[in-house]
Amino acid sequence: MPEDNTKTTSGISRRTALKGVGATLGAAAFAKAIAPLTTWAKDQSVDEFLQNHYRELTPDQMKEVIARIEAETKEDYGADVTIKDSKAQAGVKFAYALNLSICVGCRKCAKACHVENNHDRATSNSYIRVLEMKKGSLDMAHGRADYSGPVPKSDSFYMPVQCQQCDAPPCVDVCPVEATWKEKDGIVAVDYNWCIGCRYCEAACPYHARRFNWSKPEIPAEEVNPVQGYLSNRIRPQGVMEKCTFCMHRTREGKMPACLEACPTGARVFGNILDPESEIRWVLENKRVFVLKEELGTKPSFYYFFDE
Amino acid sequence: MVSYPKFIWRMCVLATEGNWLFYAWMIGLTAVALVGVNAWAVQVTEGMGVTNMSDHVSWGLYIANFTFMVGLAAGGVMMVIPAYLYHNDDMHDVVIIGELLAIAAIFMCIGFVVVDLGRPDRFWHMIPGIGKFHFPVSMLTWDVIVLNGYLLINLHICGYLLYNRYRGIAPNPRWYIPFVFISIAWAISIHTVTAFLYQGLGGRPFWNTALLAPRFLTSAFVSGPAFIILALEVIRYLSKYKVGDGAIKILVNIMRVTILINLLMLVSEVFTEFYTGGSHTASAKYLYFGLHGYNALVPWIWTSVGLTIIAAILLLSPKVTQKPVMLITACVFAFVGIWIEKGMGLIIPGFIPNTLHEIVEYLPNSLEWRVSAGIWAAGLIIYTLAIRVAMPIFSGEVSLEKDTHA
Repeated sequence: MPEDNTKTTSGISRRTALKGVGATLGAAAFAKAIAPLTTWAKDQSVDEFLQNHYRELTPDQMKEVIARIEAETKEDYGADVTIKDSKAQAGVKFAYALNLSICVGCRKCAKACHVENNHDRATSNSYIRVLEMKKGSLDMAHGRADYSGPVPKSDSFYMPVQCQQCDAPPCVDVCPVEATWKEKDGIVAVDYNWCIGCRYCEAACPYHARRFNWSKPEIPAEEVNPVQGYLSNRIRPQGVMEKCTFCMHRTREGKMPACLEACPTGARVFGNILDPESEIRWVLENKRVFVLKEELGTKPSFYYFFDE
Repeated sequence: MVSYPKFIWRMCVLATEGNWLFYAWMIGLTAVALVGVNAWAVQVTEGMGVTNMSDHVSWGLYIANFTFMVGLAAGGVMMVIPAYLYHNDDMHDVVIIGELLAIAAIFMCIGFVVVDLGRPDRFWHMIPGIGKFHFPVSMLTWDVIVLNGYLLINLHICGYLLYNRYRGIAPNPRWYIPFVFISIAWAISIHTVTAFLYQGLGGRPFWNTALLAPRFLTSAFVSGPAFIILALEVIRYLSKYKVGDGAIKILVNIMRVTILINLLMLVSEVFTEFYTGGSHTASAKYLYFGLHGYNALVPWIWTSVGLTIIAAILLLSPKVTQKPVMLITACVFAFVGIWIEKGMGLIIPGFIPNTLHEIVEYLPNSLEWRVSAGIWAAGLIIYTLAIRVAMPIFSGEVSLEKDTHA
C-alpha cells in the first residue's frame, strides 16, 4: 500500500505513527476500564492473599491470622470481636433430629440463625429455610418456603431445612480446591479464606444448604455477635461460600445450636450420637426417623420424625 | 535461520497490518472488550450481587457461555478428523482454521470461568503444588486439566505447522501427527468432562442423565462446523485466499448427520421427561411450558428448537452447497440454536425449581451481557489475529525467504 512508503520528516511512516497513537489510546482506555478495581485493591492485604489453607496453618500462623481478622472487623464494622478456633473433640459426632409433629413453622430458628451467625442484614439471610408442607405428602414440590399468615395452619405441617452435614457430602467432593471438608465431629466446614467462589458446591448440594456472599455483608456495629468462630460465624468476606456449621463455635464449647435454643416448641434435638446416654441417641433408637432425599446416598446427620 | 521466539515476534508485527476494514473490525472488537473489562471490574469490586444470579440460580449467563464454548472448542477439531483420519486433501488446507478456532474458544472458556469466580484473586489456590488441587475427586479439576491440555496441544500443532511453513521446511510428521490424533481424542474428552460436571450431580435431576455427554458432543459437532463454514465464507469474501468448495461440502455433510442425531436425542430426552412425569420433570416443564405461571425460558427454548429444525431442513436440501445465502442462514440458525440449547436452555433449568422446589427465575442483566460480550469480542480478536497471520503463511505470501529479501 502506498502510504507505507510515505515517510514523515522524522523518518517514521504514517502507518507506524498511527499504530503508536492507537496503542497509546488503547492502553489509556484499558486503564480507564479497570479503574474500579483500584477501590477493590485498596481493601486487599498481601497477608490475606498469601494465607495458607486452614489445615496447613501452624498454631502461630493461626494466631496472626485471627489477630488480623479481628482488627479488620474492627476497622470495617466498628465492632470488637473475639474469634476462636474451636477444634473437634475426640469421641464426638454431632447429629440433629427434628420433630415434625410439633414444629409450628414460626421461623424463630431461622431468625436466631440470622442473628447468631452475623448474616447480612439487608438480605435477611439465614441457613435455615422452613417449608410449609401440605399434610398427606412429603414431596417438597407440594411445599412452599414463602408462606405467610398465622401459623400453624391446620392443613399443613412445617419442615425446616438446613445443612444436613452429610457423611457423603457432594459439596465436598466437587470443590476444586478443598476449601470445604468434613471435620472429625461430622461438621462440613468452609475455609472462607481459601474458597475461590466458583459455587460448584452450591450446585451440588441437594438441600439448598449453601449460601454465597454475593456482596460484602452489612451489619451495624451494635448488632454484630462478638463471640465468633473461625470456621463458623465470623463475618464472611465477599465472594465466598458459607453454610450452617451446627453453630460450631457454640456446640464445640458444650452449648446447643442457636436454632435449638430459639425453638419455642422443643421440636429440635441435638447432641453427640456416640454418647449412649444422649437425647439424640434416644430419639434415633426409639422414633421412626427418616432423612431427606435418602435415595441420593448423601447419608445426612440430620433426621426428621413424627411423634404419632 | 530464525528462532521460534523471533518467529512469534514477526507474527505479532504482521498481526498489526491490515486494510481499513481490518482496523475498523479490530477497533470495534477492542471497544466491546473494554466495555466488558470495565463491567467485570465493577463486578469484582462490588461483588457478584450486581449480577442477576442468586442462591437459587447460582450459575447464569457466564457458565452457560462457558458450556457452549467448550463445545465450540471441541467442534473446531471436526476439520481435523476428515483431514487426517480419511486423508481428505480438501481439508488439509483449511484444517488450521479449525484448530485456531479451538484455541480462541479455549481462551473464551477460561475467560467465562474466571469472570464467574467470586474470588478471582485466589486463582492460584487451584495450581497443583502451591495450591490444593482436588484431583481426581472434583470433576472441575479434570476440566482444568483437559482444557489447558487441549490448549497446549493445539498451540503446539498450529505453531509447529506455521513455523515450518514460514521457513519453507516440510513439517516432520513425527512432531505433529501424533499430536493431531491426541487432539482428536482430547476434543472428545473436553466436552465429555464438561458434561460430567453437571451430569454427576444427583441433586439436580435435569442434568442427572447419561445422555448429557453424548448430546454435548453431538451439538458440538453442529456448532463447530457451523462456525467454521461461516469463517470460511468470510475469508472467501473479504480476502483473496481461495477456499475450496470441497471443505465446505464435507462440513455440511457432517452437520447433516450431527444435527439430526442432536434432534433425535432431544426427542428422546423430552419423551423420557414427560412420559415418566413426577416431580423430577419439573425443570423440563418449566423450560418448555412454564411452571406455576413462571415461564421466562419458554421463548428461549422454542427459539432454539425452531432455529435448529429450520437449520436441519435447510442443510438437508441438496441446493445448500450451491446457495451461499441458504448455507449461511442454516449455519447461523444452527449456531444460535445450539448456543441457546447448550447455554441458557441447559444451565438455568438445572436450578429451577431449586432443590427445595422453590421457583426463583433468572434472566441475565445488562452487566452480565456486557461482560459476556467482552469475552466474545476478546475471543474474536484472538481468532481474527490468528487467521490474519496463518492465511498468508499457508498461501506462501509471507515466508522467511520473502522477509529476508525484503
